[in-house]
Order: sequence, then C-alpha cells, then structure tokens
Amino acid sequence: MDQFTLNLIVIGLSFCLYFGIAFWARAGTTAEFYAAGQGVGPVVNGMATAADWMSAASFISMAGLIAFGGYNNSVFLMGWTGGYVLLALLLAPYLRKFGKFTVPEFVGDRFYSTSARMVAVICLLVISITYVIGQMVGVGVTFARFLEVSTTTGLLIGSAVVFAYAVFGGMKGITYTQVAQYVVLISAYTVPAIFISLSLTGNFVPQLGLIGGYAPTGGDTYFLDKLDQVVTDLGFAAYTADTTNMLNMFLVTMSLMIGTAGLPHVIIRFFTVAKVSDARISAGWALVFIALLYTVAPAVGSMARLNITTTFWPGAVQGETFSQPALSIAEIDSNPDLAWIRNWEKTGLLSFSDRNGDGLIQYFNEPAPVAAANKAVTDANAALTAAAADADKAPLEAAVAAAITARDAVLAETMLGGRSLAEQGFVGNELTTVNNDIMVLANPEIAALPGWVIALVAAGGLAAALSTAAGLLLAISSAISHDLIKGALRPDISEKGELLAARISMAFAIVLATWLGLNPPGFAAQVVALAFGLAAATIFPVLMMGIFSTFVTKEGAIVGMLVGLVSTALYIFIYLGFFFVPGTNWLPNTPAAHWMGISPAAFGPIGALLNFVTAYLVSMMTKAPPQDVQDLIQSIRVPKGAGAAQAH
Amino acid sequence: MADKSSSSAYWAANLRVIYISLAIWFICSFGIGILLRPALSGISIGGADLGFWFAQNGSIYVFLVLIFVYAAKMNKIDRDHGVEE
Repeated sequence: MDQFTLNLIVIGLSFCLYFGIAFWARAGTTAEFYAAGQGVGPVVNGMATAADWMSAASFISMAGLIAFGGYNNSVFLMGWTGGYVLLALLLAPYLRKFGKFTVPEFVGDRFYSTSARMVAVICLLVISITYVIGQMVGVGVTFARFLEVSTTTGLLIGSAVVFAYAVFGGMKGITYTQVAQYVVLISAYTVPAIFISLSLTGNFVPQLGLIGGYAPTGGDTYFLDKLDQVVTDLGFAAYTADTTNMLNMFLVTMSLMIGTAGLPHVIIRFFTVAKVSDARISAGWALVFIALLYTVAPAVGSMARLNITTTFWPGAVQGETFSQPALSIAEIDSNPDLAWIRNWEKTGLLSFSDRNGDGLIQYFNEPAPVAAANKAVTDANAALTAAAADADKAPLEAAVAAAITARDAVLAETMLGGRSLAEQGFVGNELTTVNNDIMVLANPEIAALPGWVIALVAAGGLAAALSTAAGLLLAISSAISHDLIKGALRPDISEKGELLAARISMAFAIVLATWLGLNPPGFAAQVVALAFGLAAATIFPVLMMGIFSTFVTKEGAIVGMLVGLVSTALYIFIYLGFFFVPGTNWLPNTPAAHWMGISPAAFGPIGALLNFVTAYLVSMMTKAPPQDVQDLIQSIRVPKGAGAAQAH
Repeated sequence: MADKSSSSAYWAANLRVIYISLAIWFICSFGIGILLRPALSGISIGGADLGFWFAQNGSIYVFLVLIFVYAAKMNKIDRDHGVEE
C-alpha cells in the first residue's frame, strides 16, 4: 500500500470518529449549544481546551519557529502557556460563577450598559475573525498537503467538515469532538519525537533528551553544545544565544500571555464546567495537556534542525562540520533513506540548487555581502539574456564579468570554518529553502519511521486545524445570536428561535471565514499577532476591572476598551500597513524603525496599560456603579450559589 | 451568600493567594527565563543554562504546579469561610 492511500485511510477513520461523536452529542437546547449544558467534567474540559487552543500553527509551525529562532522564540513557549495561570487565577472562576454564556454578556451586565456589551461584541468579532482567518488558511494548507489537492479545494473540504459537526453539535458536539482530536494530535506529535530523541540522545523522553548528551559520539558532548557548534560553524546564530533585545522579548511574552487569557474562544470553554472549583482545576488540566506538546516542541525543533544540518554535512555527526564534503546530489538520488528530500522538494517547502556546479549541496548562512554580490551577478546575466539579438552585447558582457570579479573578491575575503569561501570553492548557500513547517511534517521521514506514523502526523495536523477553527466559529456565532440578536435586536426571541439563530449564525460565520481564508488580507501570520495584541489590550483588561474593581464605571469600561483597541491596531498598522494592505505602512517593519525597539507583536501590554489608565481616569469623573452592580460583583467573588446558567 | 464581613475576609484571603501565585508566575518566566538569564548563566541543568531551560521547559512545569496548588488552596479557603459550592 502506498503512503497516500495509508494517509487517506487514517484521515478517513479520524473523520468518521469526529462525525460519530458529533451526532451522538448534538445540541438540543441553547444551553447545550453555547455551553454544553454546563455538565462537562474538568478533565474533559481541560482536554477540549487544549485541542481548542493548539492550532495548526502550534502543531506544524511552532517547532520550526523555535528551531530557527532558538532561545529568542521561547516567547511562544512561555507566552502560550503562562496565559493559563492568568486564566485560572484572574478570570475563569469568577466568569463561571457569573454563569452566563458569552464574554460580552458579562461586560454588559457588570457595566450595566448595552453599549458596553456591543463594544465588547465588536472587540470579540475583530479578535476572533482575525484569528479564524489564520486558522482557515492553515486548514486549507494542511488539507492540500495531505490530500494532494489545491489549497482552495482543501479549504472547502475543511469548511464542509467543520460545518457538518459544529452547526448541529454546537458547544456540546465541539467539546467531545475536540477530546478525540486532542488524542489524535498529541499522539501524532509525541510518537515521532520519542523516536528522534532516542536516536539522537539515547533518551526516550524528549524533554530529557534536550538537556542530555549527544548519542552518536558516545554522549560525552551535550546535545545543545553539539547543535550550537554545528550551526555556528555554518555561520548561523547559536541555538542558545542570548537575546539582543530583552525589552522586546519581555513585552512579546507578556502580550502572548495576557492575550491568551483574553481570547474569547478560550474563555468560553470555562463556561462549560459545572462548578467554580472545576473552572480553576480545569485550567490546570488544560495546561497539563498543552504542556505535553509545548515541552516537547523545543526538543522536536532543535533535534530536527540538527538532523537536517548533519544530513547535508555528514562529517558533522562524528567530528568537525567540514571534516567531510557536503552531501552530493548523487547520494540524494540513490540513498533510499534520503528519498524525503526529493519528496518535500515537490511541495516547495525544501529546495536546493547546485550553484557552483560541483555536484554537492553546501548549506550555510550566506552573509549579506555575499548574497548582494551574487544577486549582482544574477541581475547582470539576466540583462544580458534579455538584450535584443541585434543589440551591442559587449558592454553587457563586460558588466557580467565585472560582477563576477567583484563577487569573487567578496568570496575571497568571507571566512567560513576558518577558510575563505573562494578557497573552498563555495559560491553561496545551496539549500535555498528550508520552510519552518518541515521540522514537524518531515520529521517521521527524516527519522525513517514507518508509514503509519507519517499518516498519523497528517491526521494530527488536520485535527489541530479543525478543532481550533470550530472553537473560534462557536465564539463568533454565540456573540451574534446571543449578544447581538437576543441581547439587543430581538430580546423576546423564543428558546427555539434563538437556537435556530445560533445555527444560522454559525453557518454564516463558516461561510465568512471560508471566504476570508480564500482571500486573506495580507499575511496570515501577522494577522494572528494582531488578534493576540487586541485580546491583550481589550478583553483582558475589561474583564479584570469588572471582577477586581467595584469602582470602574460603564463610561470608563467603554472608553478604556476603545482606547486599547485603537492604540494597538494603530501601532500594528503603522508597521504592517492599514488593514494589512501592503504598501500603506508609514514606517518599515524593521527593529531600527520600531519605537524603543518594540515590535508590533509586543504592543499588547502597552495597549492594556493605556486601557487600564483611561478606564480609571474616566471612572473618577463619572457616577459610581449602582447598587445592584455592586451586589453582582460581590456575588461573582464567592463560589457559593453557582447553579446552572440562567437562560435569563 | 455569606454575610458582608466574612465575605470580605474571604476576598482578602483570595487576593493574598493571587498575589503570591502571580509573584511566582512572574519570577519563573520573566525573571529567571528572561531578565536574570545573563546573571544565572553559571548554573546549568544538564546541557542547558538555568535561564535557557526555564524559558524552554522549566517555567511551564512551574505554571502547572502553580495552578494545581492554587486550586487546592482556594478549595480550602472556600471551606474555611463557608462559601464552597
């Protein structure tokens, strides 16, 4: 049986499982549709939260980001886990005690104002829709890769699958499907990691392998020291190198943490448990299941990076990086263990070109002057090729010769591994593309694992993408049907009518998300940074103030949210373009142009601070919250009396 | 609901647990993992220095223990003040 058939069988079986669960757990009431009837156990909710949380980006891209960013990209590891501490301590138990269905509903009741609720709906929609764009693009790419269809077809198949189980199942169906999806994705992530750790470090626990010895040379050298040595030999920064911008690293981590705690689709998961104490412990269980992937990710990333590097420099396994010549093209085409290189070359995630024509592929970090000199040669050659047949070619040929002379001078003075590039016959880096995603996707093939593991990784990537998309779509549809329709437009709508409205909103949200996934504004990855920044600057502060302050007024909350929303969006747009339209940015998105070195992704905490300060100043100038709101605040602060949610 | 004075004592106890937990949360991630990494580079955990290990693995373990201890502490405080569910 070939790999593609095996992929189809494993993916097909996993889909049957999701559909079966969704049919069994379909929602019959609005309480079931919005909050799974508030009867979900803390462990089950923790597992569903983990699947909801870990997207295609966590599953496929994060290990690669860490592999190439090293210590600096630890921000994702700390940021996307530390937020659960904030959720457990500051938000989840109180919002569960409040006992209703949506985040804007809490804002509306606590700040005694439909306007505040509507501003919260706007913030929620901006956050969740920007977030879902990234997920839908991820769904399309993942389906396309594993089912061998176009990205558009992949996205449409993915949308149809989500449609089938989310519209009928609501939160109840989504919760139990997410549990199954978690099991699939975590096995797909950890099984290859165990094998790769065993082969590189002799330790089957990847977390211990990361800090253990490097097995191929007997374990006397630490794995991390080996990795640092090999990559610095090739001119890259060391994996464990210190950060060059501590302030920015601090702020990005903070932004991801409070952004995580402020993401509506994560918060609503804590409305599904039965008790306040369950909400607290459930955040702990969620983190257990998330940590299983997040503590393995740095091992997966760093080990895959060393494996890829030593594949191209076979001498690096036992001794010095340059002790043997680089990998030859003949070897790639003849050695069955290296078949993955040609396989992944077809997808465009990996590409190489023998620029100096020696039949070997030299992989190293090409310094900027070398890259510029090489580009000058390419441009001069292109001009010569483009010249008309009867044109005078002598000056163009002279330009090519001059560019080559200049390039050779640069090569003669650029050192790599103690000798100049010219002396070694290198022209430039010949492994021209190594996509981040390959660190996870090609892992089983690089480690020569059996076909069923490769198929499992395919099913895991799809599970990660689908579970997050479904959770986000539920947050969007409940804001529309519960907050907008029931809360403002048609307060007298019947239970049956609201359930129908919820289903229609969900269908509408899926169509919108699919359309946006097919026509993403700008770059999907940067759009996700916006979602975290906005969640950090709007939802998190307003919920904190709603719970921990009896002083903040409706005017304070509304102005605070708007200030957080506008300041953060503006800071991001200044560098990434207005609404991400390319070319409309005022300043280039480079560290030198950033205000105090603060990148757009790091602005969230500053937006949150502006929100807090504005809300307090405005509250000082406005009439204190009325007595019934004071009573509400006192009641959410004590667990006693948390019953089932009221439909109103 | 419990009467006003006991509920404010409960809230004060709750806030104290939150302050202590947040201090631990901050020290293990932003402190050891980022700000103090250069100062602590002499201490190593296997092949990694302390700050690096905390940034990539250690802080996550602390977060985990922290939430479970917090949940247990709060359950006890709930019972002591008679506000448990």
